[in-house]
Amino acid sequence: MSVKSEPITINLGPQHPSTHGVFRMRVTFDGETIIDLEPIFGYLHRGSEKLAEERTYTQIVTLTDRMDYVSSMLNNQGYILALEKLAHIDPKPRGVWLRMIASELQRIASHLVAIGFLIQDLGAWGTPLTYAMREREKILQMFEMLCGARITNSYLRPGGVFMDAPIQFWDALSEFTEHFPSKIEELEKLLSSNEIIFSRTKGIAVLTAEQAINASITGPILRSTGVNWDLRKSDPYDYYDQVDFNIPTHTAGDNYARYILRVQEMKESLSIVKQCVEKIEPGPVRPHHDETPNLVKPPVGDCYSAIEGSKGELGFYLVSDGSISPYRWHVRSSSLINLTLLKDMLVGTLFGDLFVTFGSIDINMGEVDR
Amino acid sequence: MKTWNGNLLSEEISNHIENSVVNSNEKDVYIEVEKIYLVMKFLKETSGFSFDLLSSVTAVDYFDHFEIVYQLKSLITLTKATIKVKLGFGRKNEPEIDSVYSIWKGADFQEREIYDLMGIKFNNHPNMKRILLWDGFPGHPLRKDFVTNSQSMVPDLKEK
Repeated sequence: MSVKSEPITINLGPQHPSTHGVFRMRVTFDGETIIDLEPIFGYLHRGSEKLAEERTYTQIVTLTDRMDYVSSMLNNQGYILALEKLAHIDPKPRGVWLRMIASELQRIASHLVAIGFLIQDLGAWGTPLTYAMREREKILQMFEMLCGARITNSYLRPGGVFMDAPIQFWDALSEFTEHFPSKIEELEKLLSSNEIIFSRTKGIAVLTAEQAINASITGPILRSTGVNWDLRKSDPYDYYDQVDFNIPTHTAGDNYARYILRVQEMKESLSIVKQCVEKIEPGPVRPHHDETPNLVKPPVGDCYSAIEGSKGELGFYLVSDGSISPYRWHVRSSSLINLTLLKDMLVGTLFGDLFVTFGSIDINMGEVDR
Repeated sequence: MKTWNGNLLSEEISNHIENSVVNSNEKDVYIEVEKIYLVMKFLKETSGFSFDLLSSVTAVDYFDHFEIVYQLKSLITLTKATIKVKLGFGRKNEPEIDSVYSIWKGADFQEREIYDLMGIKFNNHPNMKRILLWDGFPGHPLRKDFVTNSQSMVPDLKEK
């Protein structure tokens, strides 16, 4: 007996618990197989780029927090580096080490969110996500000690950071660096060789290196296809050339490779944090306002500067007309661009793979729509 | 990663594609708007340049003209370069330029975003429609002549 079926188109999102925000997809199914998919953006568009044109350079730091709100420190760092390049500001060494510590901790926190919610999307409700969130919470508490905020940090300033870390921070940090490896091990024991996770993630939504590079895909997704490309190594900023770390890569390019790569990157980030703690020395954390005024006025010109964010290349393009606010402020958001091949990755897979793949790409709607 | 000197790169380009370079400086190369597709194809496919990663595309409104800014990177030669195009002199309503989508798929969403927010049309793009705002939104908000009703955070301090 043959069952007659015809394609059916349904909307997933914008209000859907697994879309990590307000993301909408118009998906066409043949039975349970996806045959067409169109991503639809804009439900969280707040016009950050226009807003920035009406704010001073220091005020804009707060806008970057609200882009990718699970990796605010990295957004701050990307913007501040672009501003320092544009305005020729020399950062203070202690400020740079502090912001490297903050952004590597943020990378761990962001990857924990990515892994936790990926496993949640797989249907393992509760436990793995709680494990991940428990560790992230410790990082957020440390951020609270640094700057008083957990999510919207605004910790960085032109030339360094807002203020020096309090003593409690160093205690909390040393406790964290001591215990975190065992926590990763615990998470890995539960997940990394789990048969259900293997069968749901291995060989699904495979990307090749050529496809990924051609579609400007960067970050963990690019490295999971076997390309050794990390801006911290290939185009070092801050003091990343003074610390020693590896860039994990995988060749499979599937959902599992993207998951396991993030686990390994967390270990590398932790080792960077440890090295930073060893190398940091007392001193000012940002230039005195005689040296760099609070109201920064960069000379006329433009610059593009990119860092390795938790989701890929996070670039800022600034144009200055010599006044106190930028003439143009553009963000190259990796979350948006990493979705370019979403259709190619998902056509031919089953409905159940959709949100697993979506979770493994790890986007944040605040950065997609800005 | 090394940055290409604009003057050096412009010499290389104009040796291979005639009348393609408008001018250049230390950082950037300005390309003729009609030649952009040919130049980009050349820069991607010629060994020695091999710009296989289109890092970023964006546009700036300079009142009398627009500027499109391409950031290119090469994972093979470990170099980067900035290519710029000036277009829309005399403020035509929707200036046009050739899409680089068929060279780099990564241009897909970025070109749509430029169309949406800046109002520059990309020819030969397979899906040239708004991406962040809804169809029927009046105007293109990142243009300098777009009237916002927000209150500026820096009303009195802003001076040239």
